[in-house]
Amino acid sequence: MVRAVAAVEMLATCALSRADSVAAFAHDGALSSWEVFGQQLVTGLSNGMIIALIAIGYTMVYGIIELINFAHGDLCMLGAFFALTVVGALGVDQWGGAGGTAGLVMVLVGTAAFCGSLNWSINWLAYRPLRKASKLSLLVSAIGASFILVNLGLFWGGLPMDVFAGGTSSAAPKAFPALVSSDPAAQIGDVIYSRTDFLVLCVTLPLMVALTYLVRYTKLGKAMRAVAQNPTAAALMGIDVERVIGATFFIGGALGGFATVVYSLYNQTVSFQMGYRMGMDAFIAAVLGGIGNLPGAVLGGLLIGLIRSMSDGYIEARWTNTVVFGILILILVFRPSGLLGAKLREKV
Amino acid sequence: MIRRTASIVAALIGAAFLLAAAPAQDSAGKTLKIVSSLPRTGSANAQTTSMVNGIKMAIEERGGAVDGFTIEYDDMDDASPQKGNWDPAVESSNAKKAIADETVIGYIGTYNSGAAKVSMPLLNKAGLVMVSPGNTYPGLTKPGTGEPNEPAVYRPSGKIGYFRVVPTDDIQGAVACEYCRNDLNAKKVFILHDRELYGKGIADVFKKTAGATGVEVVGFEGIDPKASNYRSLVTKIRAAAPDAVFFGGTTQTNAAQVLKDLRAGGCKVPFMSPDGTFEKAFIEAAGKDNVTKEQGGVFITFGGLPSDQLTGLGAEFVKKYKAKHGVVPEAYAVYGYEAGRVLLDAIDRADKKDRASVLAAVAATKDFTGALGTWSFDENGDTTNKTMSVNTIKDGDFSFLKAVVGGAAKAK
Repeated sequence: MVRAVAAVEMLATCALSRADSVAAFAHDGALSSWEVFGQQLVTGLSNGMIIALIAIGYTMVYGIIELINFAHGDLCMLGAFFALTVVGALGVDQWGGAGGTAGLVMVLVGTAAFCGSLNWSINWLAYRPLRKASKLSLLVSAIGASFILVNLGLFWGGLPMDVFAGGTSSAAPKAFPALVSSDPAAQIGDVIYSRTDFLVLCVTLPLMVALTYLVRYTKLGKAMRAVAQNPTAAALMGIDVERVIGATFFIGGALGGFATVVYSLYNQTVSFQMGYRMGMDAFIAAVLGGIGNLPGAVLGGLLIGLIRSMSDGYIEARWTNTVVFGILILILVFRPSGLLGAKLREKV
Repeated sequence: MIRRTASIVAALIGAAFLLAAAPAQDSAGKTLKIVSSLPRTGSANAQTTSMVNGIKMAIEERGGAVDGFTIEYDDMDDASPQKGNWDPAVESSNAKKAIADETVIGYIGTYNSGAAKVSMPLLNKAGLVMVSPGNTYPGLTKPGTGEPNEPAVYRPSGKIGYFRVVPTDDIQGAVACEYCRNDLNAKKVFILHDRELYGKGIADVFKKTAGATGVEVVGFEGIDPKASNYRSLVTKIRAAAPDAVFFGGTTQTNAAQVLKDLRAGGCKVPFMSPDGTFEKAFIEAAGKDNVTKEQGGVFITFGGLPSDQLTGLGAEFVKKYKAKHGVVPEAYAVYGYEAGRVLLDAIDRADKKDRASVLAAVAATKDFTGALGTWSFDENGDTTNKTMSVNTIKDGDFSFLKAVVGGAAKAK
């Protein structure tokens, strides 16, 4: 957390010092083939890191209660509406300078808290009562939660706020103000590493490190691993299983919250339907990496991002979904539990 | 898969509610009903609301009655919340509902050409006249412009029962390409489309015209309209270094995202798109900073004239609309109005007030004095009106650039 804040601060300083170098942002013609490859790599990694952060939310929940939380993508969508509302209500896009950086950090942390709490509540209301029911009931409950969230998003977009274009059309995609500009943070030849790309890195990487630390070295992390291995045994050891599950949902949701702000800043669009694609990509990433496995989710996310980008760039955009799912099927044929899924613990 | 099943179930439930909510039929026989089927749920809502207002105004102008018959109007929605766009299941149920209701004498719709494909054969078989205020895909009416079996496949009865008051994309795509070449001085263009009937259709015409007029097409690609961004595609476009980018698609198929990613990815060349993006929702989704001239500029063709350029009856309509609703109507409102007017006029002229006579009367429309000028329906059911406009975006709003009479430069 602290790391993330520091990193964003760093980013802002960098952004400020470069404010006058925008003029250099011009193109003198076609890109060479290595420049194209480099640019595709940058795009793929940035998209991949966002997908990875969302995929972690899927994989954590699956690891602990074996539920594919279909509401996760739509939770992120609501997070984006929350972020846009905060930005619009406080006029964060007008703050500029150091205030802008503080505003950005505030939006990030606020949205994470919002998504974490919401995910925790969804678990409490929709999944906890079904703990003893069959996994299928739980799945249906998740689909139901997803529908409710989508419709909440549709309603939210109709609020009479300026950022929602006065709510004239609740379903229309909304523009998310560019709190971080797309100007280059670094440029090699014609390969642009934009400030938004840098932001993605600054937010996702520290969070992944922090999460790894939490799961491996803290008491809560130990408890989470114990519950994932065997909830009954964990309870017998004096672990409050419900509390640990609740914490898992909160952390997964909060990571989704961070991811959705980064996503919104990167794509500058918020729509009530965006959760479907966000959730789908992240879910595939989680499965590809081996669902239930944290490094697997990250690896899966990066791979999906890169495959998409390379397929768009070197095959054709209309084949991209076919390529992604084709590779997924191939990998699952040879490694049914995903790339890193082999290390998955036996469940009895 | 689960989602799809769920959405079908939801659509069925929705349809059941619609049926249950239909009022008991009045058997007095002095009432005629007009229905419209437009996407009311989703981002086209602002556009379709103003179209519905236009239809209502056409009915009100006649005092809600024609030739002694009271005119009832039913505003049907052909979109579903799950899709946020038109839904074939809903459009088909709308058409069937209209056919089953014997008092229905005219069907105004659809907005999307893809939706028209669904309801056209149904309505044609039932002999119920269909007047579209929004479909621009040429293959719906013009032989030889679409698939080999078009438009015969939409006319199972062998007769023409579908008419449209809006000029088609084979004219619009050509106008866009001509503008690109002559006014934007583009020598190389990159063409994108949304893989839908409307978007790909117009992109195909653009490509064909480009080939015929010496503009080099450096790329032609279909996008995934649900993708979260198009950055990698933008890299590909940058590598091809075009002078302009044309996107055949609508706001609903992510036109604004394509534009944003072009600008964010550093590709600042003129962006052209057809009238599926000629609505305020597009500017709102794209963000005011991305549509400026400094960022390369946005040029939008429209199969008609924008509200503030209309003359005669059209100008009067805009004035009345503003007085009544307090806002300037969206671009397609006048087509809703015109569709309503031409249908009411035909009902008035029909000697018997049944479906066959009204259909014949619509087909016989000649030198009609409408809000779009004086025009007729030709032998395919198309309007003879071919006035188009090219528009740009200035200060966050659409701004008229010039009027073009299409058809002079045939795409063929």
